[in-house]
Amino acid sequence: MPQPEVDLFRFEDVRLEVDGATILDGVDAGVPDRGLTALVGPSGSGKSTLLRLCNRLEVPTSGRVRFRGDDLASLDALALRRRVGMVFQRPTLFPGTVAENLEVALPGVAPADAADALERAGLDRAFLDRTGDDLSGGEAQRACLARTLVTGPEVLLMDEPTSALDEANTLVLERLGRQLADGGVPVLWVTHDLGQVDRIADRRIQLADGRVVGDER
Amino acid sequence: MTAVLLGASGASGDVTWVGLAASLVLVAVAVALSLWRGYGLEWDIVWASLRAIVQLLAVGVALTVIIDPDSPLVLSLAWVVFMVVFAAVVIRGRAPGVPGLFAIAVAAISAAAAVSLGVIFGLGVFPAEGRTIVPLAGMMIGNSMTATVVASRRVVGELTDKRDEVEARLALGQPWTVASRPYTRSAVRTALISQIETTKAVGLVFLPGAMTGLILAGVDPVDAVLVQAAVMYLILGSAATTVTVVSIGLTRKLFTSDHRLVRLTREGS
Repeated sequence: MPQPEVDLFRFEDVRLEVDGATILDGVDAGVPDRGLTALVGPSGSGKSTLLRLCNRLEVPTSGRVRFRGDDLASLDALALRRRVGMVFQRPTLFPGTVAENLEVALPGVAPADAADALERAGLDRAFLDRTGDDLSGGEAQRACLARTLVTGPEVLLMDEPTSALDEANTLVLERLGRQLADGGVPVLWVTHDLGQVDRIADRRIQLADGRVVGDER
Repeated sequence: MTAVLLGASGASGDVTWVGLAASLVLVAVAVALSLWRGYGLEWDIVWASLRAIVQLLAVGVALTVIIDPDSPLVLSLAWVVFMVVFAAVVIRGRAPGVPGLFAIAVAAISAAAAVSLGVIFGLGVFPAEGRTIVPLAGMMIGNSMTATVVASRRVVGELTDKRDEVEARLALGQPWTVASRPYTRSAVRTALISQIETTKAVGLVFLPGAMTGLILAGVDPVDAVLVQAAVMYLILGSAATTVTVVSIGLTRKLFTSDHRLVRLTREGS
């Protein structure tokens, strides 16, 4: 008899309040350990906060988040974050070159590994010597993706990664996300764009007012 | 007017009561400017001026007792402790949005006092007497207050403005001590650079307080310079110590034990 599949992330009656305001209001949901899952909802629905719970940039006021069955609260936050990579809404390159950014993520990174991470993010190795100021928004976001990938994460969290990009760059990043998911790195992708969900997601979890209002495969 | 001014100072440069009263003309100038330009600061100026003279007179009376060569040294040390605590109260008032600043300020200024006064008296730069301990500690603490306020505001400001970058570093698995370093270093540099610039400009752009006071009291300018130089180095060393302790202590407060940056508001600055 096959074992039931353990969720990548499991949210169990998760509540989060900030200064008396309820951001998440009893979220129950599971994220499968494969493919690309979209967390979708309007602005202020709590989807980015839910994503940030997955690498403990936020912690719930009550309830529990599980990562492959383990209570996140019981895991070492730094070790967890090296397993669960994250790309933010706005490209946040650190001062210096792309190579130096990769060095921050993985001190002593081998040149071949740096080039490989860039390639997986759709950039060639010539970008290693470029600085953030020299890059377009799309290139900077892909450099940030490379910076995350160079650490070898098992999972990728994407927090509205295309919201600051034009259509062409959006499509490139969507393709990269899809490739990573197909290549065995489960992706949890936050967006408010339903068209994007249709293009890339295997599964969608819909949020509104801090609650799950839809969960479709 | 000439007669009044002639009666305002004694032969050795001492300011007489008449001279003090004459200097109130400058307070009147400040009040007049406020009235003329509509600053709305007349009562603040009058209140600050009155409060200053009352405080200074009270301190003068207290110091007469404390720095008397026959008084026990513990009185001077108690006075220093009082100054440290009062400085921390003032600092907290000047940066109310910075969390836990009172305790951090007490720790930072105490550390700076221990290091700087320890060196100054330990190496025998000045003799350890009430008449040296109290004024040197006063100058050191006064400057450390400014450095503490600047450093704490800058640390909170940097971590607020660069929150995205800090969280990107945390998300890469960096511990808070590493993730915060580029930003706290920038804050500390800002807080210290003004002190370094002041040190560079001393003598050329302005004559600092201790030297001015000594020269006004009739001390040979070269002797006054030696005292002032030692004081400048004391202030520089204590400012560096203070801002370092502030940045470490404050940064520790702004991150949780599981390496999350707490919510901050720019109000902290």
